[in-house]
Amino acid sequence: MKEEVRLMKGNEAIAHAAIRYGCDGYFGYPITPQSEVLETLEELMPWETTGMVVLQAESEVAAINMVYGGAASGKAVMTSSSSPGVSLKQEGISYIAAASLPALILNVMRGGPGLGTIQPSQADYFQATKGGGHGDYHLIVLAPSTVQEMVDFVGLGFDLAFKYTNPAMILADGIVGQMMEKVVLPAQRPRRTEEEIRKQCPWAADGRKDGRKRNVVTSLELESARMEVINHQLQARYREIEKNETRWEEIDVEDADYLIVAFGSIARICTKAKELAAEKGIKVGIVRPITLWPFPTEAIARAAKGKKGILCVELNAGQMIEDVRLAVHDSLPVEHFGRLGGIIPSPDEVVKALEEKIVK
Amino acid sequence: MEIQDIIRPENKVYSTPELLDNVHMHYCPGCSHGVIHKLLAEVIAEMGLTEKTVGISPVGCAVFAYNYIDVDWVEAAHGRAPAVATAISRLWPEDVVFTYQGDGDMSAIGTAESIHAANRGENIVMVFVNNAIYGMTGGQMAPTTLVGQKTATTPYGRRVDLNGHPLEITNLMAILDGTCYVTRQSVHTPANVRKTKAALKKAFQNALDKKGTSVVEVVATCNSGWKMSPEKANEWMAEHMFAKYPLGDLKNE
Ligand SMILES: Cc1ncc(C[n+]2csc(CCOP(=O)(O)OP(=O)(O)O)c2C)c(N)n1
Ligand SMILES: [Mg+2]
Repeated sequence: MKEEVRLMKGNEAIAHAAIRYGCDGYFGYPITPQSEVLETLEELMPWETTGMVVLQAESEVAAINMVYGGAASGKAVMTSSSSPGVSLKQEGISYIAAASLPALILNVMRGGPGLGTIQPSQADYFQATKGGGHGDYHLIVLAPSTVQEMVDFVGLGFDLAFKYTNPAMILADGIVGQMMEKVVLPAQRPRRTEEEIRKQCPWAADGRKDGRKRNVVTSLELESARMEVINHQLQARYREIEKNETRWEEIDVEDADYLIVAFGSIARICTKAKELAAEKGIKVGIVRPITLWPFPTEAIARAAKGKKGILCVELNAGQMIEDVRLAVHDSLPVEHFGRLGGIIPSPDEVVKALEEKIVK
Repeated sequence: MEIQDIIRPENKVYSTPELLDNVHMHYCPGCSHGVIHKLLAEVIAEMGLTEKTVGISPVGCAVFAYNYIDVDWVEAAHGRAPAVATAISRLWPEDVVFTYQGDGDMSAIGTAESIHAANRGENIVMVFVNNAIYGMTGGQMAPTTLVGQKTATTPYGRRVDLNGHPLEITNLMAILDGTCYVTRQSVHTPANVRKTKAALKKAFQNALDKKGTSVVEVVATCNSGWKMSPEKANEWMAEHMFAKYPLGDLKNE
């Protein structure tokens, strides 16, 4: 398959991107608003072409543990779900992180808590960036704002996951999952051969090929002193990821008086709000974190220098704002604006919030 | 005749399986797990599967199985071994993947994964060690605990009105179209040990032949959890467990 320009939903794009990346296996369980990922994969039947395994699991719990198994055997495997399902996956995600395995997890967030609503939300920011499961661990969290980024982050997510042997999450919202846009699908990459997998993942439990010593993938260590060493190794890796992989986008930050910080599809609404504000003579710049973990702390601190205030726009009750406040240390007012329950604010609402909460 | 004349290779009647590591096991003296490990080590080596076997160890007393049998292992979350095995078996179809699960793992927290892996007919072997108790966590009630059996959470004996009935998960497995071989064995006498070994061989051969899921239940003792001597535990098992969990094949296709 060559590079191709298509019009499609974010969720469908994920399925195409997974196949074209050379993903070895997808394991999922239906939940709105992301069921199109599994549906599209079943329709495309990649097992007939690239040999990719696609399996509808009996639950999200089973699906994430299939990902754990696949990753433990060196394969490039992924799962997708939406908020309630991602909650169910948390024990498995913690195991994957603890065992230092590469894997990709997509959360197309919907409104919660509980069964909540099937409408878009960004209320799983804490869950994705602060742990979610038990123990001291981090996921690499990528927040796409366009269907193109849904595609690109499949590749980026897998690449980072394998580079750091650490699970990565694409934290999308229902808007970017359901929205149709033009996308450039990359050319088909061949799946790695068994030899390539063994070379890249000498730790993989795939049968003691060629009589090598046995590989054991486990997250268990009852000896406290050794468990502490393992934790320190994980922490050292997280510092490395923070140093190398923090990503963000800045729009007209230099000559702005105010900043908006927003991630995902809401950042695009804020881009429109920025234009409307300019018409009123309010000069706004935007910082859009692309990696939510590692968070662009320094970039925000730099961008905030000399500004009069920051508005954090999120589809939740105020989660990322905590990281923004930590970044700027009370050096300027930081306020939150968000809609809950699946309601998407209009650009006008954002401008109004900016005027009421920040410009005053 | 001097003793040195007797200790010769041609007189050898028993040796440690090559895949069984020469290390101290953490199991209590008298526990069935050690014997079952030995059988697995023998079967894998004898069938020439050392370089294509992946074991999935459970959360339970057998969590450290990976320290004892010299094949590749993945340690699964409690109850999820069949999901882990499913993925590896599908992604490495040439490999033979087996799970090793206790009764809590297989028939309480992991019921869904166990039933569904078997129902999909995954080409895996599920070794199910039914000791009617949660050994690892200190002897609490398991789904397979017998009525009247005392455990840490049924100190006056399991009551049907409070705790429900003992669960015969293996019988459920046998009615699923995805299973090809479902058997119940034990390792409390030399004859039973030999039968269990034959059952494991058949199960591994089924996985190689892609015939579907094989389930080998081993009705086992947990003498420390049951608070009995190893010998008494064997007697108690034969007397009480086999009535509820009779030995033999439940399905052999
Ligand atoms: C999610 C989760 N819940 C509970 C536990 C605690 N736990 C560890 S082993 C175990 C029971 C194991 O019993 P069984 O599966 O029968 O194995 P056995 O130890 O008897 O061989 C429990 C409840 C855990 N580790 N993880
Ligand atoms: Mg048990």
